[in-house]
Amino acid sequence: MSEKINLKILRQDSPDSKPYWETFTLEASPDTNVISLLMDIQKKPINANGKHVAPVVWECNCLEHVCGSCSMIINGKVQQACNALIKTVGTNITLKPMSKFPVLRDLRVDRTKLFDNLKKVKAWIPVDGYYDLGAGPRIAPEEQLLNYELSRCMSCGCCLDACPNVNHRSEYMGAAVMAQVVLFNAHPTGKLHQSMRLEQVIGVGGIVDCGNSQNCAEVCPKELPLIEAIAELNKQTTKWGFFGSLKW
Amino acid sequence: MENNKRKVVIIGGGLAGLSAAMTAAEHGCQVDLVSIVACKRSHSVCAQGGINGAVNTKGEGDSPEKHFDDTIYGGDFLANQPLVKEMCYAAPSIIYLMDRLGVTFNRTNEGLLDFRRFGGTLYNRTAFAGATTGQQLIYALDEQVRKHESEGRVTRYEGWEFLRAILNANGECYGAVIQELSSMKIISLPANAVIMATGGIGLIFGKSTNSVLNTGSAASTLYKQGACYANGEFIQVHPTSIPSSDKLRLISESVRGEGGRVWVPRDGKPWYFLEEKYPKYGNLVPRDVATREIFNVVYDMGLGVDGKPQVYLDVTHLDPEMLDRKLKGVLEIYEMFVGDDPKRIPMRIFPGMHYTMGGLWVDFEHMTNIPGLFAVGEAEYQYHGANRLGANSLVACIYAGMRTGNRIGEYMDARSKSYSDIPTTLFEENVKKEEKLHDNLSNLAGPENPYVIHQELGEIMTENVTVRRINSKLENTDIKLLELKDRTKRIGVPDKSQWNNSPLIFTRELVNMIDLARVITIGALKRDESRGAHYKPDFPERDDKNFLKTTKAMYDKENDAPELSYEEVDISLIQPRQRKY
Repeated sequence: MSEKINLKILRQDSPDSKPYWETFTLEASPDTNVISLLMDIQKKPINANGKHVAPVVWECNCLEHVCGSCSMIINGKVQQACNALIKTVGTNITLKPMSKFPVLRDLRVDRTKLFDNLKKVKAWIPVDGYYDLGAGPRIAPEEQLLNYELSRCMSCGCCLDACPNVNHRSEYMGAAVMAQVVLFNAHPTGKLHQSMRLEQVIGVGGIVDCGNSQNCAEVCPKELPLIEAIAELNKQTTKWGFFGSLKW
Repeated sequence: MENNKRKVVIIGGGLAGLSAAMTAAEHGCQVDLVSIVACKRSHSVCAQGGINGAVNTKGEGDSPEKHFDDTIYGGDFLANQPLVKEMCYAAPSIIYLMDRLGVTFNRTNEGLLDFRRFGGTLYNRTAFAGATTGQQLIYALDEQVRKHESEGRVTRYEGWEFLRAILNANGECYGAVIQELSSMKIISLPANAVIMATGGIGLIFGKSTNSVLNTGSAASTLYKQGACYANGEFIQVHPTSIPSSDKLRLISESVRGEGGRVWVPRDGKPWYFLEEKYPKYGNLVPRDVATREIFNVVYDMGLGVDGKPQVYLDVTHLDPEMLDRKLKGVLEIYEMFVGDDPKRIPMRIFPGMHYTMGGLWVDFEHMTNIPGLFAVGEAEYQYHGANRLGANSLVACIYAGMRTGNRIGEYMDARSKSYSDIPTTLFEENVKKEEKLHDNLSNLAGPENPYVIHQELGEIMTENVTVRRINSKLENTDIKLLELKDRTKRIGVPDKSQWNNSPLIFTRELVNMIDLARVITIGALKRDESRGAHYKPDFPERDDKNFLKTTKAMYDKENDAPELSYEEVDISLIQPRQRKY
């Protein structure tokens, strides 16, 4: 059984143009997701006033909640569009692009700064080379279960969008970046190089900018243990701040 | 930097592309890495179940040789054997490397890598990170490339799409033309080698397990530029996916690997039809076998659950704690999109188009028939024969990427010319060609909508060119494809902007999809036998005498059609035998 959907979208033609609202009316079943609605508009790009318009531009790829492409604000909450089903979001739906990233067009934003910050904190394991050095270090099963959770971060940007301390006045890198530092510091090889990461998060834009609002955990689509990770990072930076400079 | 002969362009940032980029950078190459989306969002991220390697931590007596035999047998003897053997022998070291890069693989009690069983084998040789292994693998490789990027060896072009290979008068490749999807700007990337890692082609079938960027558009473009496309007709339909209106969401084979059971109700009782018919491999028969059985049970016997095209995949009998530890990611997807809790209610699934064993033809150095143009990963045809074993894709992509990335520097050193010796007019001309094509697209003003044509393409390909192939239907399909291609000339791109114009980009991809669809359809039509995933009820037996050969499709420009020829397969290491599970 299909239902009538009112879809109101905050559109924007280019980075410098003025945003404007546009409404579409569609038919869809309760199990349909928001992306299917946008795809329907591609096939029949006519707005609620009967005017032919350009189809709505948005980003998506996997459609199954693992790639992090389709972040947008649906009915006021930042989330992935692919698992936003009609039966959950209802039939009066408002879509807006994420607010903490520059808008490219309609619902598509530029998330480069998130990746630039991952470079800044050196979010990788520095191995000697890709030639065969045999097995890696042993890791306890419980440790793996915990680290696995953090390794699911898909850089979707939702935590940054929800965070009150990520804004145009602040350089705070955001929960996603802080959590990645914890992940790499937890790995046996990564731990050998924790200084190079901790150095990056004790300064401007680092861990001191977190205000503990916990909005990040509330919106994280993967339910990453962000609060625990940030608490752990606070502990690591404090310890390193006091004792890191002592070599012996 | 400008005159560095070791300059390579890599198109595609999934497992294969990233593996090639990181190893090329390690060997002093300057890398331009092009991807439609941020690399970590590439389709590799969807891979769920695991990566194969005969590490033998279960003390079962597993070995790379057994892995090799399982792979060749699973592929119904169509794969060239030497490269497959190399891959299987390298697989354990690849898994160890991924571990060293920080992939959060599941662990045993002793802290070693854990392994599970997958389709087409009797051994536990699949390493896994929960049920989202592709995600952890691609993130680790993306992180390594980020390190090389921060050290100046890699330049990312994310949000750019490949338009064409730059070929000199001798047909040798010296770079690529790419387009930025936001500004629509077109530029050339000169290089002394181009590596294509553009992945799968699921969009040609409309709905599939693939991500929406997997159009095969780049491979199709190269085919029309003179690259040979091999074994296009070998399309894998995965037995277990969740049917839906926008996508067929994959339910990993690892669910069966951990004990999930496939059944339908019959005479008021569960009928575990795979276990009954295949006592040795049970629910883990290779994918083509499982898919055909499900089709048989649903369409020929009329036993689909609730009379619909669906069967049960049941994990309700398994330990919930184990399910969380090893399969959470996959079961989450089912619950998220269907609403039922798989721990309490059996999942309803049906086969869905999943993978292409065929791809660009490459030699044993991964070079296409165009000098200087290479292909790795799902984009090429070398490793999986007529049917791919589960968990072999991740290892094949990384193996091919690393092997090629490791050697590409030497290849470029040995080239008699460098791109810097070539007059810039070659590069400018190629950009101009694409700018003209872009303008033509922008000016299209007909009544047809590209997304509507695409839906029709997907429907007919899924209906006639997947599990069961009948020659008369394949012929009709090609006629319909020609019709669709004709209609594309009357498309009106519904967006006139020169900024972030998705429909325009899609229109170009659509034409390429139709051309590649013809390669697949005609390849299937001409292969009168059944082998691996290619099944013709009218020719149900394997015909080694006539068809133990690689299909090679070349573009006949004059007739705008694929021209097929056949090449002997290297079976020097394992003698073909009957494939029976």
